[in-house]
Amino acid sequence: MSELSVNHLLGIKYLNKEDINLIFETADHFKEVINRPIKKVPSLRDITIANLFFENSTRTRLSFELAEKRLSADVINFSAASSSVKKGETLIDTVNNILSMKVDMVVMRHPNPGAGVFLSKHVDASIVNAGDGAHEHPTQALLDSYSIRERLREVGGKKIVIVGDILHSRVALSNIFALKLQGAEVKVCGPKTLIPKYIDKLGVKVETDLKKALEWCDVANMLRVQNERMEISYFPTTREYTQQFGVNKKLLDSLDKEIVIMHPGPINRGVEITSDVADSKQAIILDQVQNGVAVRMAVIYLLASKIKR
Amino acid sequence: MSQKTLLSAKEIGIILHRLACQLIENHTDFKDTVLIGVQPRGVYLANRIKQILVEDYQLTDVKLGYLDITFYRDDFRRGEKPLEANKTHIDFVVEDKRVVFIDDVLYTGRSIRAALTAMQSFGRPLEIELLTLIDRRFSRHLPIQPDYRGRQVDVINQEKVKVNWIENEGEDAVYLVSK
Repeated sequence: MSELSVNHLLGIKYLNKEDINLIFETADHFKEVINRPIKKVPSLRDITIANLFFENSTRTRLSFELAEKRLSADVINFSAASSSVKKGETLIDTVNNILSMKVDMVVMRHPNPGAGVFLSKHVDASIVNAGDGAHEHPTQALLDSYSIRERLREVGGKKIVIVGDILHSRVALSNIFALKLQGAEVKVCGPKTLIPKYIDKLGVKVETDLKKALEWCDVANMLRVQNERMEISYFPTTREYTQQFGVNKKLLDSLDKEIVIMHPGPINRGVEITSDVADSKQAIILDQVQNGVAVRMAVIYLLASKIKR
Repeated sequence: MSQKTLLSAKEIGIILHRLACQLIENHTDFKDTVLIGVQPRGVYLANRIKQILVEDYQLTDVKLGYLDITFYRDDFRRGEKPLEANKTHIDFVVEDKRVVFIDDVLYTGRSIRAALTAMQSFGRPLEIELLTLIDRRFSRHLPIQPDYRGRQVDVINQEKVKVNWIENEGEDAVYLVSK
């Protein structure tokens, strides 16, 4: 077993446990590579990758681009704001035009759930989903699990609580799939209005009391409140949200153990997490960012090795 | 499939000691020298050479690292099987050092070409030498030759040289396997 079971990374729900292990083992090698004086390997010098971002992103786009460049792939970038999408071109047309310039792989972020799956059925390239609406964000979930594995040695058997806006979060959904697949226990915590109705179908428990959730868990993954995805008010005020679901130093110190704090970024300091927590030793937020490059290198390398010459 | 013994355990022992002595001749106290075992199979040979240098010749400061060349190979996407990486472990600086690559069999030279490229990621060594147990003559694809060779053999392309180590296969032996 040294090959992925899939030709695209569209979501965690299409992966199996062996795939995740293979990605992590490969990422271990790349983590060593990116800590060398020269952080680049020539593996993908005959691969061209298009990064198509139909939605804003800083961290993910930079992380993918760096991962691609460290593997020596040729990279072209595209953002919807400055493109023919504005002129009415369809997604398939846009992508096929780019592919006719001999592109082997497409990394795509899109506001519509399922955009990656749709594309994979219509174009001849390896597709990596870099976030599709409120659906999945598989590389984020992989780097989150990889960071837990790095800090706590393994993911299986660990207790993880995901706090915040579960309803609008592709990070939450991908994380739930990834963590369950690896045998972790998962709870979600947040205002009832931001917890999806049938979340228990995923084998996840709901806890509305943050203190209880933190007492139970080994790791708390603090999500950002996604104001840009909310057309209506899901909670009265930001201040009230922070009082009920924000993590601060006092709350963490009141627990009888030291839990690991994660955040996929960007952080709203003082809303879901205070600065003293974000910058504390318990927080592995910047480790997550560094691991993001290694994990994305692993995903791209493993998918590229399946592209026929 | 038939198998012929090229080297016995006793012969390997003699050759390893000779190779160790040749290294000492050129590198004396190994102060500015580092040994690099090329993953995966060069690691066994490198460990044995280091063991002889330390135990039989009382050299105290022999630095040994392992270098994985998977991401530097020139046959990515060209084979049937996916390439599987191994661990790189180099916990010293190679800048301005005299590096000795150690691998079990030198065949086409492509692995060593990859190792030369990989080494550049760690800095600029003063020089790089190559030590190999078996040198398959007449099958080089690249202009690469060993500085220290255990045994030179003439083997046709359809045949395979198999090096067994006591740590891994339970015996020290080199076989010529023909299909």
